Amino acid sequence: MSAFIEFRGITFGYPNEEGVVSDNVIENFDLKIEKGSFVAVLGHNGCGKSTVAKLCNAIEVPVSGKVLVDGLDTADDEKTLDIRKRVGVVFQNPDNQIVATIVEDDVAFGPENLGIEPKEIRRRVDEALKNVGMYDFRFFEPHKLSGGQKQRVAIAGIIAMKPDCIVLDEPTAMLDPRGRHEVMSTVKRLNKEFGITVVFITHYMDEAAKADRVVVMDKGKIVLDSSPREVFSQEDKLRKIGLDVPPATHLSKILSKDGVKIPDNALDMDELFENIRAILEA
Amino acid sequence: MDSVVLETKDLSFLYSKGTSSEVAAINNINIKINKGELVGIIGHTGSGKSTLIEHFNAILKPTGGSVFLDGNDIWQDKKNIRSVRFKVGVCFQYPEYQLFEDSVEKDVAFGPKNMGLSKEEIDLRVREAVEYVGLDKSYLEKSPFDLSGGEKRRVAIAGVMAMKPEVLVLDEPCAGLDPIGRKTVLDLIVSYKEKTNSTVIVVSHSMEDIAKIATKILVMNGSRLAYYDTVRNVFSHVSELVSMGLDVPQITQLFLKLKNAGYDVRTDIYTDDEAEKELLNLLKRRGNNAQ
Repeated sequence: MSAFIEFRGITFGYPNEEGVVSDNVIENFDLKIEKGSFVAVLGHNGCGKSTVAKLCNAIEVPVSGKVLVDGLDTADDEKTLDIRKRVGVVFQNPDNQIVATIVEDDVAFGPENLGIEPKEIRRRVDEALKNVGMYDFRFFEPHKLSGGQKQRVAIAGIIAMKPDCIVLDEPTAMLDPRGRHEVMSTVKRLNKEFGITVVFITHYMDEAAKADRVVVMDKGKIVLDSSPREVFSQEDKLRKIGLDVPPATHLSKILSKDGVKIPDNALDMDELFENIRAILEA
Repeated sequence: MDSVVLETKDLSFLYSKGTSSEVAAINNINIKINKGELVGIIGHTGSGKSTLIEHFNAILKPTGGSVFLDGNDIWQDKKNIRSVRFKVGVCFQYPEYQLFEDSVEKDVAFGPKNMGLSKEEIDLRVREAVEYVGLDKSYLEKSPFDLSGGEKRRVAIAGVMAMKPEVLVLDEPCAGLDPIGRKTVLDLIVSYKEKTNSTVIVVSHSMEDIAKIATKILVMNGSRLAYYDTVRNVFSHVSELVSMGLDVPQITQLFLKLKNAGYDVRTDIYTDDEAEKELLNLLKRRGNNAQ
């Protein structure tokens, strides 16, 4: 597999009022996101996760080092539009991302800006809304939707631009349980069925457990980078940097410490249930 | 007998009242909240949670029904509204965006200052409130804007606590925080309640958080009150909660699965400790030699 997004020796900091960068948010940062992969990014507040999201599609450009998207340098102004066609970002608050008064107009906003012809826009909008399960709501006013529905409209707006990659920055932080579930399963499906590369930034360990790969950041650096099972086996290390493990993993550990002969690394309650049943039926 | 601190009678709020686009944000809500309770409010987005709490301190005026604080209708005499806002302190979502002073001390002092308290009393309250949220004295001189996200959140919460409200209302106090920030805020809410014996109301989308801290749960659904009951009684309505876009804690889901598979287990399990005990019991009862 080839790297679709590549961070090469990135250093980045936000300038202060005088325009001087004094503190680096991330430093000597290297990361390769493979095409078609589903990567979760974890880290405590202020560790640089959102900066990584913004560097992915040239909202920010590095102070030093290079970010390459499909081989295109994000620091090259002339490539910005090509990069944003390839990588779309969905943010935390759905209310800040909706621009139109009708759902389908909102989804059409992105492709319109790309100068795509109207017939093709029509086709893409319908397709995108179907893919996130919001086609029946195409004539609704966005403010009448639930949080999860708004967030899916925001995702439709991105996929109508036919990106290769979607970066989601805490897309479920403001949602109720159903909304969280809707967004997660929509994103999973886009990844599995259409091969869209997903970078999923979250504070929910159980969401990260559903990714193919988990990248853990601390103080602007990558401290763990592996499969969810590997990463969540390091409970002590995660706790030390303000993180956690999914509830099922934690409970598995407790039982294992109590002497129960059970795998101590279940990632979700379904798996833990099967593990418990296996003992009971043995 | 328990004493009621906050009560709503047939409380309704309609947007665009009297027009063709009239819509109820909350509809006919009747609740009595006792002193010293820690109430968790859950409900899908748009169910009316925020509208409800905005009535508790008179930010919104009911279009129908009444709100009683310590037995008095808060809208009876408009002159009382100001004192209602001191007695019921509301900390809104992402309160750190509302920090504005150049030091933590000044920011936390803003509320008590508006109450017209003496300098000594303000100083005392600021120190107390900062302690409640687990920040030491060295923070007082710092600029709130130099703090981490979790610390800013705690400063904002301290600003409301410093008014010593009878009822402290927190709307999604943990939204957007990392796991340790979330745990810190939950712990400080519980210890604040224990130390001050005041009434606390917390709105949250996390069933886990609510199960951990609440003494009672209030469920809003489609602008109406669905349940106001103990944690156990509310979380026993599993299918109803799911159909409302809500859920039960993940750990409870495990026990429901076991029960459905025919194992004899309790399903009112909400914490790791309870889960550990119940699972070890189950294994023992089944004469299991896995241990």
